[in-house]
Amino acid sequence: MNALKPHLIRLLPQFAVLIAVVALISLAFPDFLKLQIQNGRVYGSLIDVLNRGAPVALLAIGMTIVIATRGIDLSVGAVMAICGAVAAASITSGHSLVYTLALALSVGMLCGLWNGILVAVLDIQPIIATLVLMVAGRGIAQLITEGAILTFNDPGLIFIGSGSFLGLPMPVVIWLVFGIAVTLLVRRTALGMLVEALGINRRASTLSGVSTGVLLIAAYVLSGLCAAIAGIIAAADIRGADANNAGLWLELDAILAVVVGGNSLLGGRFSIAASLLGALIIQSINTGILLSGFPPEFNLIIKAAIIVLILVIQSPRIRDLATLFGRADSAEASVKQEAK
Amino acid sequence: MNPRYVPLAATVAIFLAAYALCILQYPNMLSTRVIGNLLTDNAFLGIAAVGMTFVILSGGIDLSIGAVIAFTGVFIAVVLESTGLHPLVVFVLALGIATLFGALMGAIIHHLEMPPFIVTLAGMFLARGMAFVLSIDSVPVKHPFYATMKAFYYRLPGGGRITLIGGLMLLVFAAGILIAHRTRFGANVYALGGGVQTARLMGVPVARTTIAIYAFSGLLAGLSGIVFSLYTSAGYSLAAVGVELDAIAAVVIGGTLLTGGSGFVGGTLIGILIMGLIQTYITFDGSLSSWWTKILIGLLLFGFILMQKGFLYLSKGGRRLA
Amino acid sequence: MPGNTFGSDDIILSATGIDKVFPGAKALNKVNFQLARGEVHALLGENGAGKSTLVKCITGAYRRDGGRLVLDGADIDPRDTFEAQRLGIGTVYQEVNLLPNLTVAENLFLGRQPKRFGLVDAREMNRRAETLLAGYDLDVDVRAELSSCSVAVQQVVAIARAVDLSGKVLILDEPTASLDAHEVEMLFSIVRRLKAQGLGIVFITHFLEQVYAICDRITVLRNGQLVGTREAAALPRRELIAMMLGRELGDEIKAVARADAAEGPVRYRFAGYGRKGHIEPFDLEVRKGEVVGIAGLLGSGRTETAEILFGAEKADSGTAEIDGKPAELTSPRAAIRHRFGFCPEDRKVDGIVGDLSVRENIALALQARRGWARPIPRAEQDRLADQYIKALDIRTTDREKPIRLLSGGNQQKAILARWLATNPEFLILDEPTRGIDVGAHAEIIRLIENLCEQGMSLIVISSELDELVAYSRRVIVLRDRAHVSELVGDAVTTAHIVEAIAAGEKQGAA
Repeated sequence: MNALKPHLIRLLPQFAVLIAVVALISLAFPDFLKLQIQNGRVYGSLIDVLNRGAPVALLAIGMTIVIATRGIDLSVGAVMAICGAVAAASITSGHSLVYTLALALSVGMLCGLWNGILVAVLDIQPIIATLVLMVAGRGIAQLITEGAILTFNDPGLIFIGSGSFLGLPMPVVIWLVFGIAVTLLVRRTALGMLVEALGINRRASTLSGVSTGVLLIAAYVLSGLCAAIAGIIAAADIRGADANNAGLWLELDAILAVVVGGNSLLGGRFSIAASLLGALIIQSINTGILLSGFPPEFNLIIKAAIIVLILVIQSPRIRDLATLFGRADSAEASVKQEAK
Repeated sequence: MNPRYVPLAATVAIFLAAYALCILQYPNMLSTRVIGNLLTDNAFLGIAAVGMTFVILSGGIDLSIGAVIAFTGVFIAVVLESTGLHPLVVFVLALGIATLFGALMGAIIHHLEMPPFIVTLAGMFLARGMAFVLSIDSVPVKHPFYATMKAFYYRLPGGGRITLIGGLMLLVFAAGILIAHRTRFGANVYALGGGVQTARLMGVPVARTTIAIYAFSGLLAGLSGIVFSLYTSAGYSLAAVGVELDAIAAVVIGGTLLTGGSGFVGGTLIGILIMGLIQTYITFDGSLSSWWTKILIGLLLFGFILMQKGFLYLSKGGRRLA
Repeated sequence: MPGNTFGSDDIILSATGIDKVFPGAKALNKVNFQLARGEVHALLGENGAGKSTLVKCITGAYRRDGGRLVLDGADIDPRDTFEAQRLGIGTVYQEVNLLPNLTVAENLFLGRQPKRFGLVDAREMNRRAETLLAGYDLDVDVRAELSSCSVAVQQVVAIARAVDLSGKVLILDEPTASLDAHEVEMLFSIVRRLKAQGLGIVFITHFLEQVYAICDRITVLRNGQLVGTREAAALPRRELIAMMLGRELGDEIKAVARADAAEGPVRYRFAGYGRKGHIEPFDLEVRKGEVVGIAGLLGSGRTETAEILFGAEKADSGTAEIDGKPAELTSPRAAIRHRFGFCPEDRKVDGIVGDLSVRENIALALQARRGWARPIPRAEQDRLADQYIKALDIRTTDREKPIRLLSGGNQQKAILARWLATNPEFLILDEPTRGIDVGAHAEIIRLIENLCEQGMSLIVISSELDELVAYSRRVIVLRDRAHVSELVGDAVTTAHIVEAIAAGEKQGAA
């Protein structure tokens, strides 16, 4: 239990905010917390939050790793659209579900590979490198769907979007399982530390023998994979691939989730669990606004307010002020000054 | 040739070559009418892209401009509908709000020392949200003054028209070029792009310049919103989604380094024209679908990023050998 | 004050009782500093003595917490560097603080471009730039981007800007750190000229020879306190070092009796090894338990040699053999597999991973070698870290402290520990003692000798020739990116090394 303690402390602010948001909403709408079981399936607003939040949560998993490498992946929304389109096109042309899923996931990883090569091999700034696919990606998706919304009615594929497993909606199961799997992968191996080292000082890591190029590419491939899963879920949910709107602006929500999770945009230390909590915070607010009868567009203003709040909290200026007034670690402060 | 002009020259060469190819296939495209339409159709994007050029030259990015364009459009439409104010007065109000909005983002970027990407992302959410608050539906503008302004154009030989908004874009570009290359503010923008710390040590007023850059970008996004409002005669909060991406693409295709510090406002105009040309070609062709525009622009973007990278690599290798 | 031969009329800048407090630490304590017209005044002290803090208080980069600043008879209180510049205090830093993406002329006149009709007059600006630089015997295209100029030219442009802008006081903060001997001489002739024009010049450097070559007076700081101001001519070097260190440095570095181990077999053989544009092909043999020193001026190809040996840059010619078998050293990973290790020169950029803990920094190379799938158990990491913290006397409150919070010397030791943890057989140290305090200095030298005794092969690059001579059995001398000479055994002396470097300098000039 002792080993877990630092992790729990790290997650404390996100937990507190999530609980506060949920408490606030349930004060106004006591039904918010109500859970019902019908036909072996759990229903309720909380489940709805988990379900609706699935795409952003999935994207946030990959985005967390990419941001930890000091990168960013702007293309995930477009990759969602591409993979949704690929899945729809594949299933409607008669391929099996397994083949379709494998194809869509591979395409997502291929997109990630492209981004990764631009960043790691050609050494292009991540924000610029992934911009290419962000701009072109929706065009590619439309190319696949030929501009229309490609609908399908394969029960297997639809199950991924609206089926349930152990009483929980499939999207929730998928992101929970995938999030735990990735967390275990990076924390039970040395990957997490190597990614953090790479994000903090790539050159020093390379010189210490870390395969920084491979790691960077792997991070973007993971992000592509996450986008592919999210894309399949989004398509399965509406039983069709909408190249124009699938995943639109979700890259920004995913980045927001990572930032709300307290991860620094400058790379280094990361926590996937915190990002997932961030995604849930954002989704709870969305749902809360919906419940309260405000037009959903108010979300945007709330999101803006959240970003500004986080900016203020994370700002180096404010932190300096805090150390001035608070429990200043004198050695730390003086070394910092010397370093300047 | 001075190396700093190479990307610009490449942009111009691509534009001329692309235009020549278009004309070979569709001789009709060589007409002042096409050129006039190119200017009119891309006026709002061009104006916003001038602001984006300054932001990118300084090493920043502004994701809010599409949302500011939409907000301005809705603001104008709603105010015109519900008050008796003259459009010109409303324009001034809208420009004032957009400029203040940009200045506020600049101030946050500078004073909170936060990355422009995330600050302007918040700006984007806020501006789009405020547009929704004003009106969720598309609000038409029926003021007679709009018709007057739309009827105002300069006829080119050959039947083309430089409309008010097309001409306004050219004027904005002219002003942008003058500001970038012939004023101290312009030099300071380049200086920030070269390195904020160094610029500060060299006496560049970093705070003032940063705030002014984003205020300028906000002002031009506001102006672009006015142009968009004239162009569509309506205000709609879902309009101009993704314009910031097109503007960034135009700036990069125009030969400006996305990392800041190097590039030309004039190049952005060529970048806009190249993107407009692709669209015009697809319209002329008729059989090609519109999504090819996105793919082609993406490819061009990639090509230019690669070229800049190769160029940096060469110049670095050269210096190492020297 | 002893040795103060300047009358009060001659004083251009006077700082009295300057205080500066950082949270938890007093960086400057009632420091006095007087600068006269037409003098070059060295400001010396160990790292952390308060030199840069004092300079920053003078240039307005920091606001002082107490004391008076008088420039040319008037009290000043600059709020930022810009205001200090306007008042007459110009500063030139080690890393040229100009903008590489602007032209030379734009750099010179940024913020004060000549105007015509309210717009910047580029032609007039370029003309003025040419006139200005002509005064420095510098013939460059003022329209060219600064990044296309050499570092020395950039340095002169920076000085020209500072002098033109300020014209009373010029502060040179480590201006010679990245210049070669020729360029330093060029810089000094400019400094002498400015001195003759009556400027007060503050000169901060680590190179004591340069202090004696050009400075009139010396002010020494230690732990934020003024130790004293003395006439340079009347201050023996030994005494100066004592002032800086606060103790007599009895055994600066004494040559160790090197038991010239029986010439063992050659373990590492590089033949015709090189890379175009980095380092000319060279031959190098290293034996077990041998220290090979590499000497040469900055830019002579020292670091390039290290990088190519370690695979950080790929060789494009020649072969490498280890114990008689060919070895591919195409990347740091490949080199590490052959039990190589490399402590780079620029610790902050190439060495430490700042936000990771001391433990993680020490475990990093070993972990990278084991591969991501075989994490080092936490208990083992703790043991490794504790072991090296103790063995190398790394001063840190605990092993979980982020390494960026450690001092330079302790960071250096932690990086050494990172490599020692991998049990290397071939260790490359690039300037292991640069920029660290004298205490840590001696410890690292002792460590090099120990490692050598344990049978490790070492390549040590250093610009401290005394040091190099002390521990190297052989010294390779580099010049113009080529290995030009090799000194063995008794021939390894400071004089011989200097001679070998200088021989080429003459050739180069001819």
